[in-house]
Amino acid sequence: METNLCVAGFGGQGVMTLGKFLAESVCSSTDKNVTFFPSYGAEQRGGTANCYVVISDEKIGAPLGTSQDDVIVMNGASLNKFLSYVKPGGTLFINSSIVSDDIPRDDIKVVKAPVTELALEMGNSKVLNIIMLGVYVGYKGEIDPTIVWGTIEHKLASKAKLLPLNKQAFEKGLEIGRSQR
Amino acid sequence: MARVFMKGCEAMAEAAVRAGCRFFAGYPITPQNEIPEYMSRRLPEVGGHFVQGESEVASVNMVYGAASAGTRAMTSSSSPGIALKSEGISYCAAARIPIVYINVARGGPGVGSIQPAQMDYMQATKASGNGGFEMRVFAPSTVQEAVDFTYRAFDLADADRNPVLILADGVIGTMIEPVELPAQRSEEEVAAIKAGKRSWACIGHSLDEPRAWIQPGNWSTAAMQQCNEDAAALYASWEPEWESKWLDDADVVITAYGISARIAESAAALLRKEGIKVGLVRPITVHPFPFAAYEAIDYGKVKAVLDVEMSIPAQFVKDVETAVKGRCPIETCLCSGGNIMSREAIVDSVRRIMEGK
Repeated sequence: METNLCVAGFGGQGVMTLGKFLAESVCSSTDKNVTFFPSYGAEQRGGTANCYVVISDEKIGAPLGTSQDDVIVMNGASLNKFLSYVKPGGTLFINSSIVSDDIPRDDIKVVKAPVTELALEMGNSKVLNIIMLGVYVGYKGEIDPTIVWGTIEHKLASKAKLLPLNKQAFEKGLEIGRSQR
Repeated sequence: MARVFMKGCEAMAEAAVRAGCRFFAGYPITPQNEIPEYMSRRLPEVGGHFVQGESEVASVNMVYGAASAGTRAMTSSSSPGIALKSEGISYCAAARIPIVYINVARGGPGVGSIQPAQMDYMQATKASGNGGFEMRVFAPSTVQEAVDFTYRAFDLADADRNPVLILADGVIGTMIEPVELPAQRSEEEVAAIKAGKRSWACIGHSLDEPRAWIQPGNWSTAAMQQCNEDAAALYASWEPEWESKWLDDADVVITAYGISARIAESAAALLRKEGIKVGLVRPITVHPFPFAAYEAIDYGKVKAVLDVEMSIPAQFVKDVETAVKGRCPIETCLCSGGNIMSREAIVDSVRRIMEGK
């Protein structure tokens, strides 16, 4: 059993962090093989950023690829680039605050979450990635959310005052993800 | 041992520190910046020293100096930067100075691209500088191997008194994977390793002791020839390392090294589930090259050997040709320019061979 995920968006949307927190949670809580691979241009901000996470019971070959079980798109450019990467029967997760396009495929599932708006409502636009991580974990139901939260808590240990906000963001995402299963 | 989730570059840096590396000098270049970044933080914690040099040439020569004084020392760079370091590497080889260096290879030639590639094969294995010296060159295909080879490289470099190269690539360097880290050598062990180099290293001899003398060449032609004969004897003593799989019944044998090898293995595993008999030969040392690995192929049965590498034109294939000796056709599956090999491309290449196309 192998699960492939691609997360894509602008630089600065926390795309890499989303993928890393998920992969790290798998590494720390299971004996599965897991890889995280970042892909970005020479820009520090504003360019496209995407990353790949592979989780497998067997040895992992390429840590990236053009055939993905799940794709998360955080902006319109990513939808255009990565829509074709979703395998038939796979799932596309959309930041519906920014991406309002109709999805011209009926062989995939689509999960929508307005994570940019929700993050702004919570008072910090940066938590959109944590909301989306919650959406993914809640929808998939394969990874224990308490383990993923444990990873977030551990990684944000030096920014403890941001933990309540991130907790709220993660739980909001879980709720949205679970409601669309 | 507990596994940790580490980026290839950082994991190699940590492995070096655990092996006893106490000096690192480098100059920034993508995709290996996490090595110097990590070293800049980590080395001072263990009483070591990190220097960001003013250039690649300066950095490699600082490492040459530190290692000449008996300290385990390392540098790293990516393809164009490695080319700039070639002068210092050649000097270390001439003076028989043990250093370790890592090439997190990217696209080339020239400034190339910042994405992963395997375009430095010839440079790494045949001529990493002037003068025909040789090095052990390890090609990791997982972050775990990158860690294990880096750790071992320091012992091998010291045993040989010769540079050792870790030929990684931008995928191995930037991907994150679970790894088990090797044991941290104690300060006593690190000190003992340095003290063990007293017979040749410039580590502070008293006036009544024979002094150490480091020289990257010799004005006496007889002495220079002797140096090269000694070096040639060392090179001839090295044992190649490789991994072979599923050769017994193979109709097609895929051969690849480094990142391409793990993708090739996943392609072979997929094809074998469909009943297509695919074997695999993966050199672990690309120098010395494991020519013997290719003797286990049943040339009466195989339709072709498929060379898979992230280099156009193909380079690794030249050694494969020497190993196969014309006993079967050699096909290639290639990409370049920073594009990363895909399992689908390898599977398609094998299918074409099986269909006789």
